[in-house]
Amino acid sequence: MSFKQQKYFYGDIPEDNTGENMSSPKTETKNEWPLWEVFVRSKQGLDHKHVGSLHAADAAMAMENARDVYTRRQEGVSIWVVESKHIHASNPEEAESFYEPAADKIYRHPGFYQLPDEVNHM
Amino acid sequence: MVIQDFERIFQEKIDNEIKIEPKDWMPEAYRKTNIRQISQHAHSEVVGMLPEGNWISRAPSLKRKAILIAKVQDEAGHGLYLYSSAETLGTSRDEMINDLHSGKAKYSSIFNYPSLSWADMGAIGWLVDGAAILNQVMLCRTSYGPYARAMVRICKEESFHQRQGFETLLVLSKGTKEQKDMCQDAINRWWWPSLMMFGPKDSESTNSDQSMKWKIKRKTNDELRQQFVDMIAEQIKLLGMRLPDNKLQWNEERKHYDFGEINWDEFWNVVKGNGPCNKQRLAARNKAHEEGSWVRKAAKVYADKKLKHKKEKIA
Ligand SMILES: [Fe+2]
Ligand SMILES: [Fe+2]
Repeated sequence: MSFKQQKYFYGDIPEDNTGENMSSPKTETKNEWPLWEVFVRSKQGLDHKHVGSLHAADAAMAMENARDVYTRRQEGVSIWVVESKHIHASNPEEAESFYEPAADKIYRHPGFYQLPDEVNHM
Repeated sequence: MVIQDFERIFQEKIDNEIKIEPKDWMPEAYRKTNIRQISQHAHSEVVGMLPEGNWISRAPSLKRKAILIAKVQDEAGHGLYLYSSAETLGTSRDEMINDLHSGKAKYSSIFNYPSLSWADMGAIGWLVDGAAILNQVMLCRTSYGPYARAMVRICKEESFHQRQGFETLLVLSKGTKEQKDMCQDAINRWWWPSLMMFGPKDSESTNSDQSMKWKIKRKTNDELRQQFVDMIAEQIKLLGMRLPDNKLQWNEERKHYDFGEINWDEFWNVVKGNGPCNKQRLAARNKAHEEGSWVRKAAKVYADKKLKHKKEKIA
């Protein structure tokens, strides 16, 4: 089992032999500001959720741009930004073997257990 | 697995309404079509700021000015969402911007028409955003995940655009004779170009078939155009104005409005770069990009420097 160790774009571009799409030429981007992923907590008490990405020179700028782009209508009370290259992602090619072990463990779900009707709300 | 297997699995996903995500295998043509379509869409949002930006400093009241700024700012955001989703397909922001500025990439021809009066702000919101919305609502269900998600976010913001446009015209339509004339004049000038936004007729469009099979698009140009005509032909009654088309008429049999023939020569002319404002729009984009160049460079140098200091401290 190997993990993809790097992810350069929001959502991932494959880097190895997963098909003909590998051949897509990467263009020169050395003048670009790095890419950041943006996560927004929409309301106190909820998780941060991925909302999109943007380019920024540093974390402070990424934060301000994220505010301007993703929370113009009070969509958030808290923002995380992380440089996209630091995100590690699982590999769709290995999804089957990776997630398969969970498939036959139905006893992990409450509905597996048949109890008398008298036992309410358990 | 051989390539045919990949292709079969890919098409099965599409047929079963499973979204394609960036790391998934996809045919090269699917990738290219999406890059082209998403980046064109992004360019349209960005260039689309220009005709309206033209009126920010001349808006008739502070309220209208604030609304217009908010709308134009939304369009900048839309451009950004879309560029980001195109980037997931392996193209770069720099490359897309360069293609726009060199004239290689296309954007919606509608933005090559001039905004001559305040009423144009109303007509653009109502007709141009209205036409865009029909396309975008369809694209919320497009097969490429990042594109679909960007469209969902965009659609949430678009309805304010169309409503503020219609309301602007509604106020004018109840005003003085000059204001009414201004309203009608704006509708006259924006109507046909809005119909052209949906692209060539189905019988002439080369992209549609494969795009439908891949569920990039789910409705044809003509279907969307008819939907638009039906919607606007009803709404205009509330303005007490008329659409500049003598052939516009409800067809009881079809349960749709019939409408006149679009001037396709004009359409292709503007696409080829000979519209009233093509040169002006590209010049404005290039100028803004060049004048912002020192800011981009300075911010990068500053960020690198800060990082270096931080590393030295740790060391
Ligand atoms: Fe937009
Ligand atoms: Fe809009």
